[in-house]
Amino acid sequence: MIPIQHFLVLSSIIFSLGIYGVLARRSAVLILMSIELMLQAVSINFIAFAVYLYPEQFTGLIFAIFVITIAAAELGLALAIVLRIFRNKATANVDEVDVLKW
Amino acid sequence: MSYEEVIFYFVAALTVLGGLGVVLARNVVHSALFLIVALMAVAAVFILLSAEFLAIVQILIYGGAVTILILFAMMLTRVRDMPGALDGPQRPFAALAAAAFLAISILAVVSAEWPGETEEITVIAFSDLGDKLFRNWAAPFEVASLVLLVALIGAIILARGEEGE
Repeated sequence: MIPIQHFLVLSSIIFSLGIYGVLARRSAVLILMSIELMLQAVSINFIAFAVYLYPEQFTGLIFAIFVITIAAAELGLALAIVLRIFRNKATANVDEVDVLKW
Repeated sequence: MSYEEVIFYFVAALTVLGGLGVVLARNVVHSALFLIVALMAVAAVFILLSAEFLAIVQILIYGGAVTILILFAMMLTRVRDMPGALDGPQRPFAALAAAAFLAISILAVVSAEWPGETEEITVIAFSDLGDKLFRNWAAPFEVASLVLLVALIGAIILARGEEGE
């Protein structure tokens, strides 16, 4: 039996890779890919806790389903916004889109 | 070391490799392909956790839809020809933040006492999951479908653009 810590450490590693990607990348599409990685880490955590700690309840699994649903909605909407920005400003790099910056 | 652990370490190594590829690859299309590797390896992790339904959903939604959507967005925003699309000057800070988070969370995982050390993972039947989802979680399910609908309409309106443009 694999201990639960293994899964938690794996998801921590994936989540920190996602943090690095979000902060280091400049193109909005690449940032969204890193956000997908972070959401995956969250799903692993939810399912690991659901399976190991409360196997008779399904809360973690249901939440993982919702995470996947919201991730799909978020990605579709975010990519539409990115396309819109690209059409208006001819760039998708987040540090060149600074109209709201004071 | 049991065969379960061997499989877990293989899948975990594949996941981390894919994640590293996503954030470090110098070619954006390679980055998207590494994302597919990472997502499929995460589906294998779900199977190891006996959540088969989620593994199937993962392969269908992420392998089928999300990566294709990302590749299309890359094509339409011409990320490959864009100067400086990869990494900004904030790279060391990003590495620092990620390393700090990793250290703190691994410390927390290792130092905590985990109750309920199960010997055997109880395999969850599809029918039980569906039963719970549509009985106990019906209202959140409806809200999630509303969110999807709003995101769909919003994405269409945003991507279509204004009249007479």
